[in-house]
Amino acid sequence: MKKCFQLFLTFFKIGAFTLGGGYAMLSMVEKDIVDRKRWIACDEFWDMIAIIQSLPGVFAVNSALYVGHKIARFKGAIAAMLGAILPSIIIILLIAIFFTTYKDNPVVERIFQGIRPCVVALILAPSLRMVKSAHITWKTAIIPPAAIVLIWWFKVSPAFIILMAIAGSLTYALIANHKLKSNTNGE
Amino acid sequence: MIFLQLIWVFVKIGVLGFGGGYAMLSLIQHEVVENYGWMSTNDFADMVAISQMTPGPISINMATYVGYGQAGVAGALVASLALCLPSVVMVYLIIRIFMNRKQSFVLDTTLKGLKPAVAGLIFSAGLLMMNAKNFAAVGRGENNISIMICAAAFAASYFYKVNPILLIVLSGLVGFFVY
Repeated sequence: MKKCFQLFLTFFKIGAFTLGGGYAMLSMVEKDIVDRKRWIACDEFWDMIAIIQSLPGVFAVNSALYVGHKIARFKGAIAAMLGAILPSIIIILLIAIFFTTYKDNPVVERIFQGIRPCVVALILAPSLRMVKSAHITWKTAIIPPAAIVLIWWFKVSPAFIILMAIAGSLTYALIANHKLKSNTNGE
Repeated sequence: MIFLQLIWVFVKIGVLGFGGGYAMLSLIQHEVVENYGWMSTNDFADMVAISQMTPGPISINMATYVGYGQAGVAGALVASLALCLPSVVMVYLIIRIFMNRKQSFVLDTTLKGLKPAVAGLIFSAGLLMMNAKNFAAVGRGENNISIMICAAAFAASYFYKVNPILLIVLSGLVGFFVY
């Protein structure tokens, strides 16, 4: 029980003070969980991150669940998860209550009119950077533009695109795995 | 009824949200702005900006905001927990199944293969937000300044990796003084 409470507090603190997304959070988790409390060994921690990174869902929540489960089983997982998300929920609730009152204020509206085009840029820029890091070959070059046209122009659900991508990618992985196995068997 | 809808939408986003916060934005935008109309395109853009400036994951912030708008504090909690529910199941399964054989070749290759599609998803979320409502000064219709802000912020972010919070603050100031 004490461990659960500690987990809750640790992740609450991390959730309340990390700006800048998942990776900023990671170094804080490492400092607290690995260096200070020594709940998890360093290499085990980074092995875990490698797995967690590829899972769908909220990265911070997935890491909290994993670390929590390692330390205090299911209860620990839930305690850590609640700790990780509660600060966000509280802050956004306060903003939602506050923002709906001030949204139509002309000064606030002017400020947000300046901000909105900037937000668009802040979404477009990382997607282009991601294209670069995705190791796109001539075989996969069609995928990003196809996804864009389908979602933007034909209003196809992004969920459908993800499902199609999983199906295609899984087929490819299974074939590659099969080839790998038959190669090693042949030797 | 609204609670069931919130749960359905956010569980779906939790299951299919590969590739981090920005990738999930595309799914959230499709459901919340286009399908259900729970948020206007302006609200959506504003919340992305607010999420950048506050701690916490962007998708949890969206779930809380949308849930609160539809069903008050209870709605906020239900939507946020619904988003986390698939993670609870998946992390549990991963610990049970994959702990022993750490690197599963098939899983790894599959997930790497999603990257090009995810990049397309994020880009189209940005394109869908590039609309008259987000790019025009209300009542004046002039959007040259908006285009300039967008282009400048893009260049600063893409080429010089300027801190997004700084860019949001600067463009807010531009909006305050120019409009």
